[in-house]
Amino acid sequence: MRSARILIPTLLLALFGGTATATGPAPPAPDFTLPARDGGEVRLSELKGQVVMINFWATWCGPCRQEMPLLQQIHAKYEPLGFTMLGVNVEPDSAAAQNWLKDVPVSFPIVFDRKSEVSSSFGVEAMPSSVLIDREGRVRHVHRGYKPGDEAVYADLVRGLVKE
Amino acid sequence: MKTIARILCIASLFLAAACGSVEPWVKPYERQNFADPIMALDRDPVSSAYINHVFEAREGARGAVGSHGGGCGCN
Amino acid sequence: MIRARITLPLVLLAAAVPAGAGVLPDDRADLLYHRYDGGGVTIDGPSLLVRKKFAEKYGVTANYYIDMVSSASIDVVTTASPYKEERTQGSLAFDMLNGKSQYSLSFTNSDENDYTANSLSFDVSQDMFGDLTTVSFGFSRGWDEVRKRGDDTFVEPVDRRTYRVGVSQIVTPSLMMGLSYELVSDEGFLNNPYRSVRYLDPESPAGYTYQPEAYPHTRTSSAASVRARYFLPYRAAVSGEYRYYTDTWGIGAHTAEITYTHPWTERWIFELGLRFYTQDAADFYADLFPYADAQNFLARDKELSTFSNQMLSLGATYELSLDWKFLKRSTLSFFYDRMQFQYDDFRDLTTAGAPGAEALYEFDSNVFRFFFSGWF
Repeated sequence: MRSARILIPTLLLALFGGTATATGPAPPAPDFTLPARDGGEVRLSELKGQVVMINFWATWCGPCRQEMPLLQQIHAKYEPLGFTMLGVNVEPDSAAAQNWLKDVPVSFPIVFDRKSEVSSSFGVEAMPSSVLIDREGRVRHVHRGYKPGDEAVYADLVRGLVKE
Repeated sequence: MKTIARILCIASLFLAAACGSVEPWVKPYERQNFADPIMALDRDPVSSAYINHVFEAREGARGAVGSHGGGCGCN
Repeated sequence: MIRARITLPLVLLAAAVPAGAGVLPDDRADLLYHRYDGGGVTIDGPSLLVRKKFAEKYGVTANYYIDMVSSASIDVVTTASPYKEERTQGSLAFDMLNGKSQYSLSFTNSDENDYTANSLSFDVSQDMFGDLTTVSFGFSRGWDEVRKRGDDTFVEPVDRRTYRVGVSQIVTPSLMMGLSYELVSDEGFLNNPYRSVRYLDPESPAGYTYQPEAYPHTRTSSAASVRARYFLPYRAAVSGEYRYYTDTWGIGAHTAEITYTHPWTERWIFELGLRFYTQDAADFYADLFPYADAQNFLARDKELSTFSNQMLSLGATYELSLDWKFLKRSTLSFFYDRMQFQYDDFRDLTTAGAPGAEALYEFDSNVFRFFFSGWF
């Protein structure tokens, strides 16, 4: 639906503009398919049934690098309960990300948004940004930026969604 | 000089008034160049402070050196 | 007497926010050896800078700097004898990050045997428009004390106030630009208690006689600058800057600078810079006055004369692979600058000639910066 490509980001922007985290009417997350680190592909709609936390990150972003090990901890803890972390790297050239991930191993899928299409459709307004999607594929929370202590906020939000 | 000061004052008021109604045309995920250390306006403050002191000690002019801004724009 | 007023850059050093929006600069320590050789003067010494942040919200910066002066500049050599002197400067700054705003408070003290300078600064910077624009404001207040070697009764104050405002704008994903304006206002004993002016005196063997300089009690200056930094697609950066300066003493100056930064392999960053400076003399400046007390205000300080200088800079930074546990990263840097000064109305009194017809003064200087930087 072409109008959805304009409508959904506008709706997301209108709903979440100006707040770090927000709850309210839940629009469906824009679907996408992106190449994954292991060579395959990840399609968002195929993850329906699980709680998904999409984390938009880049190697050049200090707070992004800081939170990565903490995101790994959240993924490891809640995966058995039907949750997955999904890292979306926004760099046009994935070499830096591939290199960095060798030193900071994570077990959750990492995909590459090289043309910034997904960042744009989700209306990413800060680096990093974390989007929480429930089991029905609806966007429930958007968290902008990362400050020490935010990992506790992430854990609370994930816990809430996993219980549904 | 007073004219330049006035222009700058008006410009900053304009910016403040227009706050919120302008969509950022460089997205936060497009800022990798500014996060590169070679793009930093002041890569080594201990060194730039010294050379600016060399200038100020030998020249009549002073002020309007240094800048804030740029960078990765995270958080 | 070195008489280095606490220059704004050393204050900005403490409040510098290279990272811009929402993030404090990384923890680091730098140890610099600086050296200036030129015009008969050699000044060298260390500068130590340490910066640490806490909870990604608060930052502290401390700097300790020493100037060791030997020999004497042309001003003093022709009217006094060479000397050795030391100036010590310490500064402490506190930063606080609050969302899109950053606040800085810093204090600097500079001490030498005949001059003490203290300065307090407050700066605010605010990110807006999706962090594309940064607006900053700052205010500084300075209290100096001028003394005189050999005269314990001589103590004079200088009061300084500085106001600054700046805007920085990201224009494209590869270009950022900035505008700055700064107003400085000084009041008090603004001249040098050792320096003199000369006037034509047929009765003196040299043809001229000295008398002490006399400056106004106030000086207000305005400086406005524009700068741009551009990211070249093959990974390099180029910067340009222009500053216009004017003050109530009648000095007008132009500064233009261009810098090129070029990384090479994973280990090296090279830098090339060119800087041009030109200035018009102060209203009350003259190399040779026609007779004693020719004006209310008299100056023969070459820094207030009509002159220009050109500078070529070369720099190299090397990424080290130290295995020290507490260091995440370390570099070694070396910068060499060559400055050439030409004076249009200041004459070299060590050369021969009738009063007012001696050769115009000019000199070259070499500046060295060698420093180790560690990130922890």
